[in-house]
Amino acid sequence: MVAVLSLTCLLCSAILGGAYALTKEPIEKAAADKTARSIALVVPEFDSVSEEKAAILDGKEYKYYEAVRDGAPVGYAIVSKAGGFGGDIVLMVGLDTAGVVCNTSVLSHSETPGLGAKCTSDEGFIAQWKGFDPSVKILSVKKDGGDVDAITASTITSRAYAKAVGTAVDVFKSINGVKVDASTGASVKPMEEPENEQ
Amino acid sequence: MSSKVRLILDGFVKNNPTFVLLLGMCPTLATTTSAVNGLSMGLATLFVLVLSNMAISAIAPVVPDKVHIPVYIVVIATFVTLLQLLMQAYTPAVYETLGLFIPLIVVNCIVLGRAEAFASRNGVIASAADGIGVGLGFTLALTVLGAVREILGSGSIFGWKFIPGDGMLAFVMAPGAFICLGYLMVLFNKYLKKE
Repeated sequence: MVAVLSLTCLLCSAILGGAYALTKEPIEKAAADKTARSIALVVPEFDSVSEEKAAILDGKEYKYYEAVRDGAPVGYAIVSKAGGFGGDIVLMVGLDTAGVVCNTSVLSHSETPGLGAKCTSDEGFIAQWKGFDPSVKILSVKKDGGDVDAITASTITSRAYAKAVGTAVDVFKSINGVKVDASTGASVKPMEEPENEQ
Repeated sequence: MSSKVRLILDGFVKNNPTFVLLLGMCPTLATTTSAVNGLSMGLATLFVLVLSNMAISAIAPVVPDKVHIPVYIVVIATFVTLLQLLMQAYTPAVYETLGLFIPLIVVNCIVLGRAEAFASRNGVIASAADGIGVGLGFTLALTVLGAVREILGSGSIFGWKFIPGDGMLAFVMAPGAFICLGYLMVLFNKYLKKE
């Protein structure tokens, strides 16, 4: 009895160990491909992308990638998230060097199918992020007095989306703050007031 | 050979896991928000069902009665984890959509149910046929349910949109799943099972 059970477990773990080793590389490649695709989608034309970097904002770490063309940075792809209706909405937000949003892409979400999940398919909602300038427009949904068109019947999702984009804009500022102050030895520039307070 | 065909057909109609046996209701209700999701979940379960049925029928004679449930669960869990790794590696998009419901195939009562009721008492080939039949029956049920919910809820079928705008959103959400399942069950039992 014990022998059969042990033998089964031993055999099964051997099979799984082998399968894990064999699929480890394709799984990592699939994940890297997905990141590369979403970076390419959200930043201006580039010829190389930096390794993953991290920026610290309010004690939290944010991952970002720098897109470079002809040796000069042309944009940043920043991973940020905010709590939506069904869980965290994780976005890849692309900004050019002037701080204008180029595009956004959803990395993962668990919003309601047919409602909040439309943040990945609603054309009007997605298109409004292209060229969204946070220094001119207000980053909150129209219901809250902002400039973001919410998805029909999904205000909570739209709010979270706008909030995540706002976080990315703040991270962008802190990245540039670090760079500007690098010569003076200061680490992080104090947070500026968010634009939507204008 | 005809007995094997009979087994496959039985899984489809007479022993249809969803509409007749009412097994595996959790993934049925949760993953059928669209036809493609239903189809993917059905095929994932089919894969596990066929392999676990074959493996269990092969080892059943040497497994002592006292530990047969733990042994079967370990075997099933192995195939599910194998499937999970393969999907993560080669179909990452489908894997993301089905998410949590892939590991939950381990506790899907269809799989353990067939292992207990059929595979442990029959030969490897018969068990494979039973796995294919029941698996296809489950796939068919999930695809039909997903298609009905997608048509009514989003105005599209297999992602192809034929009605602009929103559909009846309730059908994409949980209440619509129950309503559709109920009506499909009635239709299935009235027109197909009788024969």
